[in-house]
Amino acid sequence: MSEMLLLRHRDIPEIANLDTYRQIGGFEAFQQAVTRMKPDEITEVVKASGLRGRGGAGFPTGMKWSFIDKKIYPHYVVANADESEPGTFKDREIMEGNPFQFLEGVAITAYAVGAQSAYIYLRGEFWQLARKLDQRIAEMHATRLLGDKLFGSPYSLRIHTHLGAGAYICGEETAMLESMEGKLGQPRLRPPFPPSYGLYGKPTIVNNVETLTNVPLIIARGAAWYRTFGTEKSPGVKIFSLSGCVNRPGNYELPLGTTFRELIFEHGAGIPEGRQIKAIMPAGASSSLIVANEQALDTSMDYESVPRVGAQLGSASVIVIDNSIGIDWLVNKTVHFFKHESCGKCTPCREGTYWMAHLTHRITTGKATVEDVDLLYEVASQMKGKCLCALGEFSIEAVLSGIERFREDFEARAKQVEYSE
Amino acid sequence: MNNLQQKYTGEVEAILAKYPSDQKRSAVMPLLFLAQRQRGVVDRQSMNDIAEIVEISTTDVASIAGFYTLYYEEPDLPAGAVRFSAQGKESEGHPAVGKYRIQVCTDLPCALRGADTFLEKLSAYLGIRPGETTADGLITLEEVKCLAACDKAPMFQVQSGDGLKYYENQTIESAMKLVDALGIGG
Repeated sequence: MSEMLLLRHRDIPEIANLDTYRQIGGFEAFQQAVTRMKPDEITEVVKASGLRGRGGAGFPTGMKWSFIDKKIYPHYVVANADESEPGTFKDREIMEGNPFQFLEGVAITAYAVGAQSAYIYLRGEFWQLARKLDQRIAEMHATRLLGDKLFGSPYSLRIHTHLGAGAYICGEETAMLESMEGKLGQPRLRPPFPPSYGLYGKPTIVNNVETLTNVPLIIARGAAWYRTFGTEKSPGVKIFSLSGCVNRPGNYELPLGTTFRELIFEHGAGIPEGRQIKAIMPAGASSSLIVANEQALDTSMDYESVPRVGAQLGSASVIVIDNSIGIDWLVNKTVHFFKHESCGKCTPCREGTYWMAHLTHRITTGKATVEDVDLLYEVASQMKGKCLCALGEFSIEAVLSGIERFREDFEARAKQVEYSE
Repeated sequence: MNNLQQKYTGEVEAILAKYPSDQKRSAVMPLLFLAQRQRGVVDRQSMNDIAEIVEISTTDVASIAGFYTLYYEEPDLPAGAVRFSAQGKESEGHPAVGKYRIQVCTDLPCALRGADTFLEKLSAYLGIRPGETTADGLITLEEVKCLAACDKAPMFQVQSGDGLKYYENQTIESAMKLVDALGIGG
């Protein structure tokens, strides 16, 4: 088994203790950054590493940092720990198991973008985790890893946690910033993007927990080392959250470019009770459904390859679906999730998810006709490209791909009605 | 100082200190959690207090409490109404919410591992439907959205005055045992 880079608590169980973390070189990268590197040099190293945002969008991290507006201060860093996508459970494991590497990543990022305050926005259900992080932040203050004039430099930094309160939409970065400002968690119109207009209208970098947890090792060991993992365009490792119809669900840290087959059949030990794999959702409930044929199983999980089989890698929350599952039932589940979580700000999403939920309910309860399946497809198509944020846009992925690729599941249910009535 | 400040002086200060002094409004969410801590619901007086502390209107505070699902507002009662608990006595608590809220995730990944059936069985064992509270006021059963524990389904969290605890890799048998223990311990 190769060395873990992010889920390092699996190799070093005591890593959540500050002393242990420091004994294995923890916070040396932060100290080196603050005392020996200019902020822009750090951004350049991260750019050269090819690290891309692990929250789902896959945007190059160093490039995002370089967009921060240097004419306006103060700057802020916000760590997105609102992990709420059905199928995603990696950030929670990082923050519980390897919290100081994440906090060091927040600190280095803050220094690189000239921020003296950083916030960690955690979903409300993680409040015990937030309390533990608060204790760890206090330990960092007590040992002079946070506070004023760090390592004898003029640089000062404070980190605070901020709890959400049960709204999936707050994982969208501008909704998160609104929520932090004490407002309804509803997305802003973009542009302007957070690096120019973020928290309190000031330049802000929002990064996912997993993204930030990569940063200390990239600074400590270098961009070239990081590029020895993964593929040319998708370097590094990724935590794949594997769930659904699979024998060994869980988080698997693997190089980007690992195939679906290896993840599901080697690490995940295949499909339970001799059933057959039918479909894969590689990016949680927000994902398109991939037909799990041989070609799809041999596809590398990286940002470039997954679109070739008709989906996105996203947050790499791989949900496995076997042949006992009706795709109409599945789509009913995901649509109800999005209907519940739609923030109500823009009409296409608010109304679209509502009507889709009515139709999927009608289909799964056997009250629909084939025309209703077409109507569902039509409603979803009408939403495409018209929603204010990704929530609405992603709510239709499973609907459209489900009907296009597994239409027989929908029609079988609809035809039953015609016979019975 | 208003009620909330008197009751939690140090904590209110600590919350406000997290945010820039001209951005007090950011404290509204943590203050709502603080107000909710003791009784599990936010009452009207606390909303007024929060509004005063962060210098926004009570309506704005109420809109925040209404938007986010983890805040529970005390329902308005008609003037002169007397509130009864299940035992028929006047109660200080929320009449619709039990001491323990068992919140089962039934989103897609959990449902693929049997969460729907699990919830049905638990519901039958408790004799209540999701959203309802047992007659002794002890347990409220709820169906909730993803709790980021998809690989350990069926799972639920128990929310109570003592905080929030995850129960993962559950079977109906293990859940029934827990429910019985809550009844004895509660």
